[in-house]
Amino acid sequence: MDGLTNWFSYVIDHGGDIAEASLQHAKLVLVVIAVATVFSLVVGIVVQRHPMASSIALSAAGIFLTIPSLAMFAIFIPILGIGNPPAMLALFLYAILPILRNTVTGLTEVDPAVVESAKGMGMGPGRQLLQVKLPLAWPVIMAGVRVSSLMIVGVAAIAVLVGGDGLGTFIQGGLTRLGLPGSVESVWVGTIFTVVLGLLLDTVFAFTQRLTTSPGLRN
Amino acid sequence: MEDSPMIHLERVTKIYPGTEAPAVEELTLDVQRGEILVLVGPSGCGKSTTLRLINRMIEPSGGSILFEGEDVTNVNPDRLRRRIGYVIQQIGLFPHNTIAENIATVPKMLGWDKKRVSARVDELLDVMGLEPSEYRNRYPKELSGGQAQRVGVARALGADPDVMLMDEPFGAIDPITRDRLQNEFLRLQAVLGKTIVFVTHDIDEAIKMGDRIAILGERSAVRQIDTPERILALPADDFVDDFIGTGSTLKGLHFERVSGLDLKPYPTMTLDEPFEAGLATLRADGREWLLLLDGERRPARWLRASDLKRGGAGRDLLTRGQNVRSRVEENATLHDTLEEMLKSSTGQACVVDGKGRFVGAVEINHLTDVIRKLRQEAQAHYDSLEGSS
Repeated sequence: MDGLTNWFSYVIDHGGDIAEASLQHAKLVLVVIAVATVFSLVVGIVVQRHPMASSIALSAAGIFLTIPSLAMFAIFIPILGIGNPPAMLALFLYAILPILRNTVTGLTEVDPAVVESAKGMGMGPGRQLLQVKLPLAWPVIMAGVRVSSLMIVGVAAIAVLVGGDGLGTFIQGGLTRLGLPGSVESVWVGTIFTVVLGLLLDTVFAFTQRLTTSPGLRN
Repeated sequence: MEDSPMIHLERVTKIYPGTEAPAVEELTLDVQRGEILVLVGPSGCGKSTTLRLINRMIEPSGGSILFEGEDVTNVNPDRLRRRIGYVIQQIGLFPHNTIAENIATVPKMLGWDKKRVSARVDELLDVMGLEPSEYRNRYPKELSGGQAQRVGVARALGADPDVMLMDEPFGAIDPITRDRLQNEFLRLQAVLGKTIVFVTHDIDEAIKMGDRIAILGERSAVRQIDTPERILALPADDFVDDFIGTGSTLKGLHFERVSGLDLKPYPTMTLDEPFEAGLATLRADGREWLLLLDGERRPARWLRASDLKRGGAGRDLLTRGQNVRSRVEENATLHDTLEEMLKSSTGQACVVDGKGRFVGAVEINHLTDVIRKLRQEAQAHYDSLEGSS
């Protein structure tokens, strides 16, 4: 019980710092997810019609995901220096695969009869994409965005190693001072608030997914 | 260009890359304004390809396509398609759009103003028998197969195109609903008078829907193109004969009605007459059966000479002989009439007027006469074509 009480008093004492770190963490994740979504959409749309290009793009995104995160963050330091930029680049590369894969899947799975009728009514390729294919693939794409965001929230905690902001600072700070007063509490603060932030963002995305999906596509 | 056909295909060819044999080879075909031309043929004959060449869903490799004399082989295909209604078997409604949005697709692309679009949507829903207030805001997943098909047709009619292309539109629907949709569509077409090219693999559907039928062989070669009546009466060759299958003569009877028959007087007697009168009539006529009519001159019983010989007046005869089971009205098709005749114990069907009063009786030789006449007419038609060319 003592641990819990200590933890709560730690949270209360550092309330301002925690809020600030959470906000930075969320910002980092949201910016990365936004950029990764736009990027994956564009790439997905371009490669989707060519099976060869699709598999190359997906393999590349898959390779990014298998690079150990510690190494991934470090790789970009020589180019981008210390701080948020290398962290964001690394997170961005991680975030691509789920969104890209779901974009390709979502677009590929659009009923060919629907595309045929769209074309048959005189919709050009642009209209077909914007008015038919993307709206139909959207729920699948959003599911990819949610997977990415959950993953990125967790991995972003490591961004602190290359000088990034966020809740990772509490974890790293606690670990370096391990044994000193407040160190364990600090690690727990970083961990728990990261999880809470992940769940919160997922809820927001779930809500967005619902709002942006046509009622005709909901079950 | 008053008398030019609505659609004219001139030596249209489609060769898919990497294949030797053309899918469609130098096809020349006219579709007249306001007619339903059915393209029918075995699977793989290229009938769907031919249809899709018309709105250039498939680009022809050679030849030209003319709409009312205008060459559309090289115009912007999207613009061309907005002028042509297109219905496919899978319908392909947009699941993320409401019924109203689906129907409004082409009018919106053509830049109609909102009021005109929504008035058109309601009009079309009404025509299709779907209450606009109830269906406007529904989504396709909330429709039955038959309703979805109606919406598909409504969407194709959206911008009131002159031409409709329909690729097995009723193919995926259960037989009862299909029959109803076919009838609805024919009623609608009687009002709209669109120029329609309709693809099916089902010869019965072709016979029912077509003003003219083009029977296509391999590479979309036209084996015979004519009215269903003439094709059934006189198939051009063995291929057509095989494709129509057995029962073509029987199917031909769908197009003839009782009113077109020359019904000879039939021996009858009424309830008030004595049996001797009936007997005398029957003997004089030489037929096997005499028809007993009730007070309203409605058919009551079929009587043989042996039934009459047992004596009594008309009234006593009501329990003798055979019941009259088969009655047809004058607008009945000969196909339905034959069905009635087969059910009848005497091999004849009574023709009655709207009030059930006896008009005449159809006998089997009436039908054989009609069939012979149809064949002669078709033959004469083809002879005159040959003579003029």
